[in-house]
Amino acid sequence: MDNDVAIQVVNLTKYYGELLAVDHISFTVRRRELFGFLGPNGAGKTTTVRMLTGVIKADEGGASILGYRAGSLKAKQVAGVVPEIANAYADLSGWNNLMLMSELYGIPASEARQRGASLLQDMGLFPRKNDAVKAYSKGMKQRLILCMALVSDPEVLFLDEPTSGLDVQSARLIKDLLQGLNAKGKTIFLTTHDMDEANQLCDRVAIINKGRIVAIDAPEKLRMATSATHSVEVSFDNVVSPEVLVNIPGVNTVKKLGDKYRLYTANPGELVVSLVNYSSSHGLKVISLNILEPSLEDAFVALTEKEAKHG
Amino acid sequence: MADMAIILQQAQRSLVIARKDIRIYYSKGPVVIFGILFPVFLFLSFTIGRQLAVDFMIPGLVGMILFFTATSISPIVVPWEAQARTLERLMSCPVRIETIIIGDILASFAFGVGISVLPIILGLFLGVTISNSVIFALALILAAFCFASLGNVFSIPPTNMPSTVNMISSVVKFPVVFISGIFIPLDQLPAWGQAIAYISPLTYFTDIARGCIQGRAHLPVAVDLLVLLAFTALFLVVAMKLHQKTMPRRI
Ligand SMILES: Nc1ncnc2c1ncn2[C@@H]1O[C@H](COP(=O)(O)OP(=O)(O)O)[C@@H](O)[C@H]1O
Ligand SMILES: [Mg+2]
Repeated sequence: MDNDVAIQVVNLTKYYGELLAVDHISFTVRRRELFGFLGPNGAGKTTTVRMLTGVIKADEGGASILGYRAGSLKAKQVAGVVPEIANAYADLSGWNNLMLMSELYGIPASEARQRGASLLQDMGLFPRKNDAVKAYSKGMKQRLILCMALVSDPEVLFLDEPTSGLDVQSARLIKDLLQGLNAKGKTIFLTTHDMDEANQLCDRVAIINKGRIVAIDAPEKLRMATSATHSVEVSFDNVVSPEVLVNIPGVNTVKKLGDKYRLYTANPGELVVSLVNYSSSHGLKVISLNILEPSLEDAFVALTEKEAKHG
Repeated sequence: MADMAIILQQAQRSLVIARKDIRIYYSKGPVVIFGILFPVFLFLSFTIGRQLAVDFMIPGLVGMILFFTATSISPIVVPWEAQARTLERLMSCPVRIETIIIGDILASFAFGVGISVLPIILGLFLGVTISNSVIFALALILAAFCFASLGNVFSIPPTNMPSTVNMISSVVKFPVVFISGIFIPLDQLPAWGQAIAYISPLTYFTDIARGCIQGRAHLPVAVDLLVLLAFTALFLVVAMKLHQKTMPRRI
């Protein structure tokens, strides 16, 4: 086994009855990588994470974590997990939840206490560590779940939409922590449906749709590869109907965004000239005009739509 | 050798899980109180006014309380955890499904043994004597483990409603106490009655308890113990095999 490989996935497949939830996916995550698993709801992200963390069994194919078969005790031992919908034990205190996890991972008590205290400090939970978890806010609970995943000091961390539905502060705290961990050399597998999050955090992103991987690359490369989605954002001092704009030479599609229009084009330079000509010949004034690079979201939409047409 | 190390490691983690179960179970005070009071009242309602001797009543009372308490935690822990959304996290820890099952059974076992000490003390206080306390203790421990495993079998259907599981287990538990020689001793039952009694694991514990306290057992002690052991093995194997299949479907 290649020493540089943290997660190796080969032909991983899961059926729920007739539904092919994860469809023969293969990919490799390198050690020390912050790997994003990006897809719309129902794409198969959670199902994939559950197979990788050994909570459910694959129907075909398999995966290994640091060379250990996914689902084996050894693979679980080296991994930390933040499931999509998971709670700590509400009747136990935050501290007792943390110590329970460390015992289940066989971490020596003194080490667990030390790391537990420092994690709770980092996550701003230390003053509330002896309170029962049922008294925690949603953000506090999620931060505790993250501490529980880290108390065993895992080499590989799996997080299934860890910031989804959280307040901005908790989400920021978690993202900062992930970046810090990654800088310290931990491998992180992060699922998300949030483009910005993937863009900010991830070294590489796999885009999954309907159980299949449609692209894997660095966010920047995915963005640039979607050449068809350059756009120009424009606003005028008066109302202009989208039907008019779509007839301007070079415009492919028009999207209304509040008081602005986004015009998709293959050639933004020429479009800017046409727009200026149009407005002067119709007595309009251009209030703002921006040329936009394709966003990761554009790449994502383009890739998942292409997939939908083929499927 | 490595296998032995893993077995020890997993056994240790079962204990961790059992301790967690007990802590959480005790935090649900009313459930605990009900679990203790229910068998006591049930017992009293069938014995009061019958002018029964203390040494006849105590073995029945111990059997009844042991059966109800040892089957109280193990059926509901897994559905509880699934409903509370703690199960997936637990399953992703380096523990086998068997380890989780044994942990839940141990919690129920400890609760059963702990509470059953009370009617035993009551009996001693009222003057009963236990002729062979080693056999009696052994039977108590084995039976508690057997009943706790049975309780776990009730939680196999992958429903995440603890109340549904409670209903399933009550439907089984309730009749069992009437066919296990608690209210009517085995040798006073007709042949068909005895035949039914033999399918209940509680019968064998009650028989040993009657042997040790009343001095009148129906079956040889060795037979009682062996049958209890066989039931325990059966329930354990069924629980482990089937939870393997159903537990992942709960999350
Ligand atoms: N336990 C289950 N039983 C049946 N279908 C399921 C189950 N879990 C997920 N699915 C289906 O599998 C597909 C993938 O789901 P999931 O992995 O949860 O997607 P994601 O996490 O990307 O939103 C969806 O169509 C979902 O409805
Ligand atoms: Mg999901």
